[in-house]
Amino acid sequence: MTKKRAFIIVFYLVLTVAVLWFVQRLVMPKYQYGIVEGAMAAEYYEADEPHEVIFVGDCEVYEAISPVTLYEEYGISSYIRGSAQQLVWQSYYLLEDALRYETPKVVVFNVLALKYDEPQSETYNRMTIDGMRLSPSKIGIIEESMTPDEKMIEYIFPILRYHSRWSELDQDDWDYLWDRDRVTHNGYYMRVDIKPEAEFPEPPLLTDYSLGDNAMYWLGRMADLCAENDIELVLIKSPIKFPFWYDQWDQQVSAFARSRGLTYINFIDARDDMGLDMTRDTYDAGLHLNLTGAEKFARYLGAILDESYDLTDYREVPEVAAEWEDICEAYHAMAAAQYQELIEYGYLRNWGSAAVEMGRP
Amino acid sequence: MLFTSYGFIAFIAILFVVYYIVPKKWQWPLLLMASGVFYWIADPRYLIFIFVTSLSAWGCGVLMARINDGQALYLKEHADTVTKDEKKALKAKNKKRKWHILLACLILNIGILAVTKYTDFVIDNINNAFHSGLHKVDLIIPMGISFYTFQTMSYIIDAYRGTVTPERNPFKLALFTSFFPQLVQGPINRYGDLSKTLYEPHRFSEKVFSMGLMRILWGYFKKVVVADRMITAVTMLVSDTDTYTGAYVFVAMFFYAFELYCDFTGGIDITIGIAQALGITMKENFNLPYFSKDIKEYWNRWHISMGSWFTDYIFYPLSVSPRMLKLSKWSREHLGKVIGKRVTVYLAAFIVWFTTGLWHGAAWNFIVWGLMNFVVIMISQELAPLYSKFHKKFGFKGKSWYTVFEIIRTIFLMSLIRMFDCYRNVPMTFKMVGTMFTRFRLKIFTDGSLLKLGLTKYDYIVLAVALIVILSVSIFKYNRGEVRTKLYEKPWLWYGAMSALFIVIIVFGAYGIGYDSTQFIYNQF
Repeated sequence: MTKKRAFIIVFYLVLTVAVLWFVQRLVMPKYQYGIVEGAMAAEYYEADEPHEVIFVGDCEVYEAISPVTLYEEYGISSYIRGSAQQLVWQSYYLLEDALRYETPKVVVFNVLALKYDEPQSETYNRMTIDGMRLSPSKIGIIEESMTPDEKMIEYIFPILRYHSRWSELDQDDWDYLWDRDRVTHNGYYMRVDIKPEAEFPEPPLLTDYSLGDNAMYWLGRMADLCAENDIELVLIKSPIKFPFWYDQWDQQVSAFARSRGLTYINFIDARDDMGLDMTRDTYDAGLHLNLTGAEKFARYLGAILDESYDLTDYREVPEVAAEWEDICEAYHAMAAAQYQELIEYGYLRNWGSAAVEMGRP
Repeated sequence: MLFTSYGFIAFIAILFVVYYIVPKKWQWPLLLMASGVFYWIADPRYLIFIFVTSLSAWGCGVLMARINDGQALYLKEHADTVTKDEKKALKAKNKKRKWHILLACLILNIGILAVTKYTDFVIDNINNAFHSGLHKVDLIIPMGISFYTFQTMSYIIDAYRGTVTPERNPFKLALFTSFFPQLVQGPINRYGDLSKTLYEPHRFSEKVFSMGLMRILWGYFKKVVVADRMITAVTMLVSDTDTYTGAYVFVAMFFYAFELYCDFTGGIDITIGIAQALGITMKENFNLPYFSKDIKEYWNRWHISMGSWFTDYIFYPLSVSPRMLKLSKWSREHLGKVIGKRVTVYLAAFIVWFTTGLWHGAAWNFIVWGLMNFVVIMISQELAPLYSKFHKKFGFKGKSWYTVFEIIRTIFLMSLIRMFDCYRNVPMTFKMVGTMFTRFRLKIFTDGSLLKLGLTKYDYIVLAVALIVILSVSIFKYNRGEVRTKLYEKPWLWYGAMSALFIVIIVFGAYGIGYDSTQFIYNQF
């Protein structure tokens, strides 16, 4: 083989990889409007401030707790590593991934996901995993989360999964090719609209009220991981009544917490104490909290965290406070914009799952 | 392990690397091991069947070789004393012994093929004919059994005929039988051809390897970008026979024609490409079949290895068998020269096409498909003098527009016959083809109906561009020879084309979640 041929081969190898890398960026969903949950996992890596509290879990954390309130009220610097239907092992690996960058003092895990004992859906998997940086944690989360049709290689090289999106590309795919807007506030997904809590159907009877072995195994792994890193693990159940959280499940989690010397707090019965008014503090009839609800819950939870653990008041640490100033500014600006839209249109036009369909100005 | 699976791609990538790293004497044993792994992954039970086939062929070959050696030695030692008659008698005796060995091998292996593949078909027909309630046995059908059985039988027949020297090393013969790229869908290689390069040590050559790689990419392009995209529409069209009648049948016919072409030739490109990248030469299985001007030419260009197998091992032996010669004599005497000379040819051709159909699948639709080919070929042969007169009178023959007409006519005819394969049901095929002439609505081509077949307008664009590329490459090959050979001389173009092909396959391929991962159509045979 001549030198010229070798050069050409190398040239085209590099070119091919570059083109495929570009196309991969282009065809991957951007999650900037509508269903934004897919953008959450990647945003964590952009956070520059340290976090002493990390929340892991599903929508019962990322839509229920405002880290900005925790900071403004108590000086707690926190981040929510949550995503839609985030399964226990996914929370474990997202925490493990976070530990590559920092070691928090407290990890708060919302226990609702314990109801799922096995992988559920590729769509949710993708939203949780695609944004993660390549690491052993990412390989682990993929291995544990894949449904039968999914392939590891399609997670490592997402172009193999999303290649067929070439025919669905829109302006957003080009606009957000290199830079993306933040869709959360330290992992918190903001909604200010209101839809009062509705009456829920009676909880269905189950044939077996035991939480799955796999789910409990990963909860145990999470407890071990925290213990190994000298982190306090706090188990919580958000003050959300639907999906149902059965007493039997609650007892099993309590027993687990006791056996491992962990704190477990079920906030469903503390709704009145924290001042939650579910006629005003939810945006979707009681399934998730809206901004006012998330702030109330954060205030209540923050008081417990502040009292129970030796957390730094970062309002008094200038370099961290400067970072938080920007976060708070963006948070209040978005809240104002959302309230303005409510006044203007009567509904949220640029936020929420219908934002894409409704069109943007 | 599907050719289109990530696992297979990783498998061959690792094999390529290891193949050129290990000492050269380990190359062919490595291929045998890789073939075993490939088959074992498909289903470990398959290994038993291919082992029996390999072992029996090897054993029979060795026995024949011993007879040959013994005979040669005897004649050498008794060169001065043996008479011509004794020599003749000895040869006749040994030929008979070898014939018995061959027969035993054929019965065993054809028997395995027949039992595994056709038992349920026979039971079905008995049940239908006699209204009996025999239960199906549902035996496993080893992957590629039709291909490797035919390939191994060709070896043992050639050994019997003395056209190949029997292989003494059982492992080498096992590699010939089980060489993994050919297991999926052929081609049906001959020992005399494949063995020339299969066991040879191969040094890495950038030219040979990249030629093979390009061929593999071209195969994936045809399979993944075209065939697997078209299958969505074809499946929809043939599975709802109430809705998709008339012009839809016409669409299904052409879609299936191009899907099958890209699926089968794509698969063979991958097979031959893998072999080539390993330095092994396989004979071509296709030679621009859709450029054929008549059906006979088509069958000389399509699935060449199968056609030549049936010709060499069934048609010719049958035609010159003593019984056929007797029949030929009888028919000439009793039916006259014109008809008489045709009887044996037609009978042999009928048997060949019947078995060709049966080889394709244990179902009547395949048998009818085979016989339809027989009928059309015979008719065109009979009409040949008439055509000749017609061509002479009007002078069309050779004119480019007439050549194009002949090509289109052949494609149409072959596609029409292939509907038996498409609908997999003989009465249904006749019914659906009938609707093509009674319920043909041109409107479906303009009212957006074609966009409701699981293909978007973007899919049609991809298909159109891909088919234009395939057609252009074919025209180039027809006029000026292999594109690959010409391109290789220009390295910027060569590697640029390879890079582009790879990117196109990745981006525009119909694979992954949302697409059904489809096996090659010929894998079932």
